[in-house]
Amino acid sequence: MERTWLWLIPAAPLATSALCGAVALAWCRRTDPAPRRLVGVVACLGPALSFALALLAWAELRGLMPQGRWLSQTLWRWLESGALQLDIGFVIDPLSSLMLLFVTGVGTLIHVYSTGYMHEDRGVVRYFAYLNLFMFAMLVLVLADSLPLLFVGWEGVGLCSYLLIGFWFEDPAKAAAGKKAFVVNRIGDFGVLIAMFLIFWTLQGAGAPGLTFAAMRNHVEAFTPAIATTICLLLFLGAAGKSAQIPLYVWLPDAMAGPTPVSALIHAATMVTAGVYMVARMHFLFDLAPVASTTVAAIGAATALLAATIAVAQNDFKKVLAYSTVSQLGYMFVGVGVGAYGAGVFHVFTHAFFKACLFLGSGAVIHALHDEQDIRRMGGLRRKMPLTFWTFVLATLALAGLPPLAGFFSKDHILWEALSRPNPLLPWLPSVLWAVLVLAALCTAFYMWRLVSLVFLGSFRGEQHTYAHAHEAPPSMAMPLVLLAMGSLLVGFLGVPHALGGSNRLETWLHPSFAVAGSAATEHGATTVASTAAGETALHESSAALAEHAGSAPLSEPGAMAVALAAALLGLGLGFQLYARRPQTAAALAGRLQPLQRLLAGKYFVDELYAAVIVRPFRLLSEALWRLVDVRLIDGVINLLGGVTRAFSFVFRFAQSGYVQTYAFVVVLGVLVLLLRVL
Amino acid sequence: MVGLHEYLILSGLLFLIGAVGVLTRSNGLILFMSLELMLNAVNLTFVAFSRYTGRLDGHVFVFLVTAVAAAEAAVGLAIFVNLFRLHRSVNVDQMNAMGD
Amino acid sequence: MERILFYAFGALAVLGSLWMVTRRSPLSSALSLVVVFVALAAMYALLDARLLFVVQVWVYAGAVMVLVLFVIMLLNLREEESRAAAASWGKFVLCGALAVALATKAFGVLAGVLAVPPPVSKDWGGVASVAEILFTRYLVPFQIVGVLLLAVVVAVVALAKRAR
Repeated sequence: MERTWLWLIPAAPLATSALCGAVALAWCRRTDPAPRRLVGVVACLGPALSFALALLAWAELRGLMPQGRWLSQTLWRWLESGALQLDIGFVIDPLSSLMLLFVTGVGTLIHVYSTGYMHEDRGVVRYFAYLNLFMFAMLVLVLADSLPLLFVGWEGVGLCSYLLIGFWFEDPAKAAAGKKAFVVNRIGDFGVLIAMFLIFWTLQGAGAPGLTFAAMRNHVEAFTPAIATTICLLLFLGAAGKSAQIPLYVWLPDAMAGPTPVSALIHAATMVTAGVYMVARMHFLFDLAPVASTTVAAIGAATALLAATIAVAQNDFKKVLAYSTVSQLGYMFVGVGVGAYGAGVFHVFTHAFFKACLFLGSGAVIHALHDEQDIRRMGGLRRKMPLTFWTFVLATLALAGLPPLAGFFSKDHILWEALSRPNPLLPWLPSVLWAVLVLAALCTAFYMWRLVSLVFLGSFRGEQHTYAHAHEAPPSMAMPLVLLAMGSLLVGFLGVPHALGGSNRLETWLHPSFAVAGSAATEHGATTVASTAAGETALHESSAALAEHAGSAPLSEPGAMAVALAAALLGLGLGFQLYARRPQTAAALAGRLQPLQRLLAGKYFVDELYAAVIVRPFRLLSEALWRLVDVRLIDGVINLLGGVTRAFSFVFRFAQSGYVQTYAFVVVLGVLVLLLRVL
Repeated sequence: MVGLHEYLILSGLLFLIGAVGVLTRSNGLILFMSLELMLNAVNLTFVAFSRYTGRLDGHVFVFLVTAVAAAEAAVGLAIFVNLFRLHRSVNVDQMNAMGD
Repeated sequence: MERILFYAFGALAVLGSLWMVTRRSPLSSALSLVVVFVALAAMYALLDARLLFVVQVWVYAGAVMVLVLFVIMLLNLREEESRAAAASWGKFVLCGALAVALATKAFGVLAGVLAVPPPVSKDWGGVASVAEILFTRYLVPFQIVGVLLLAVVVAVVALAKRAR
């Protein structure tokens, strides 16, 4: 279905970004303060308008048949080069409508929060300009109907991430963090680019050059398993960069140098999920490449466990949450890696709510304690900031996966899919994946409750006057916290699995986006009776397949849920015991396990490894190239050119002697010669 | 009877001598006089052709050339006087301010 | 008869000009140039150019050279220092060679052409006939030259003024 207003969704934040940018530029030389309140209001209007339009789109989609459930708009011809003709086009199908809703919804809430949090900052107008620009790029990414346009949004969010991480750029450490994020992302982007070229080359070879998702789906038979595997691995390289998986996750903890709302929006709820979104969008290729999918799932699980163990030993409030995000992203990749795209996206959705709530809560605490971020100097804040405390606890329990909160349903769905879907390459893999994820869940519950205990329970361990000044968050910050906590409570019910008697409405909603390639829902065109039937059979098939899976898994679905729940409760209990009840035990344990403690606190020394193995040789190579090639060779050639010119001019200088008689002589000579020729 | 070519050879010779003088001498006034010699050689050519074709147009040209040469003499000498005031000599070798 | 006169005055002109370009003293050069002008005037007379004969003597020998002599006396110019002759030699030879080549060619072209002057009226070359053509067909150039002379007068006065 064509619609003409889709472009407004990304255009609204772009317009407000431009406005804020104009204000920032206009005020940059003036001494009087910029109109912050007005700027804040305007900046929130952009995403709010997008959210309203996203709701409208969702409502419209509901009115359509599942097979024809999409809205599209083509804007203009973008590329015309040889065989490639690409338009700028937007499409909203069930998957992107879901993404749109939480990106714009959570985004608006975080904008509102920022008006409170960033109120006193000198650069607040510039902040909102960047934040809105980010919203624009993210919306372009989600709405894109072709891989190159998605990549435009992809790069745009990378840029805004850089700008916002290094927002307080006068601090060199913060600026370096921004640079690190951008550079690491770039490595991933290289993978996406090569994958795009390969896709185009394959499709062109099959006589159907194009790079829209529809074109790829319709000609999916042109991809051999080998080429599909290569493409998917390259795409995953990009996803690993953007969504912080092994080996490209190192930028995310450093990214905490940016303002906390930025961490909440970009590095928890939206940008980092772009990698998962891209894999989900390209599901039809991943379905063809079991090697790639398995790799995705394996790396996702490994990352989940690695990050969870690191988080256990971190003392910076935001770093704990950062590693938690990396870990949860690992879960999402396990979901899409085993082929349960709906499960992965469900976790993206729920994670946005509780992780954003956790980050905003951390922001409230940091703000109240005047930029203190070390949890060893906190404690007992639950009496001073009760609202923050309760929303934080709610979100923590959601993250840990306690029913009936959202995290329980999404996490368990992934766990069940990982366990029950057999792997064609490695038959033992599902059990291993499941075990790793359960272990990670234990660690997650543990470190989160450690965090809660150290920050909110017990007694305050910092300066007394800091505690005295601590106050609850202002309404602009408190309101989003409440709304997000409520979301963490409620949104899980959209995906209640059949095993617990629910109808898993989310899975059903998302189904048309992940239908097998070739079925009617994915084609732009008229729907026919036959394709309707095909769509329905596909739905029946997948549920039948799921029922089959249940038979082959070592546990039943409720059984698996019970184990996971037990792990979570164990983790919470341990955390409570060690950090709230008997902190001295924790200290004693840390003392006995000193080497392990150091390893975890040092993040397995991965950054140091990279620095020694990659960064340093690269630097040496660059320096050598500079000294030899640039200075000696290239500058030498230029200097040589200059030298030659000088030599020539030295010779020709004598033509301009200044003596009239010399000139006259030349004239006479010339005349004589001419006359001789003429005669 | 004197043929035209004899007059032309004579005028060519005078022209050449004048050119040599222009190119060689460093004293500005002598240079100038050589220039006048060249102009006169050309005048002779005009008159010779005029006589040997029977047309009087050549005379008119000579007239005009003479007038212009006289004017040039006046201006040129005035310039020389100024240069002399500046450099205390009229040696053209010392006047290379337009060179590099 | 005419031939003798031609060669006599021709030789005089050539010798005079050679003298002029080779003397060190500007005064000598100037005086020899006067001789050359007079010889040329005689040439004009040989060619039936009576008006031009007179104009030549009055303007060149009488006005221009007097002016030059004025300036020589005014600036009290002495002999010039001799220049490095070596440089001039090269130019001499080159130009000379080219000129000879040119002359040979020209001679080849011109010999035999217009060897006999056509008969002309008695008044040809006199004041009346030259004036007639000067003031009819060549009136505009004549007037322009008049303006030129005016400009020259102004220019010379401006140039010769002593700077204050």
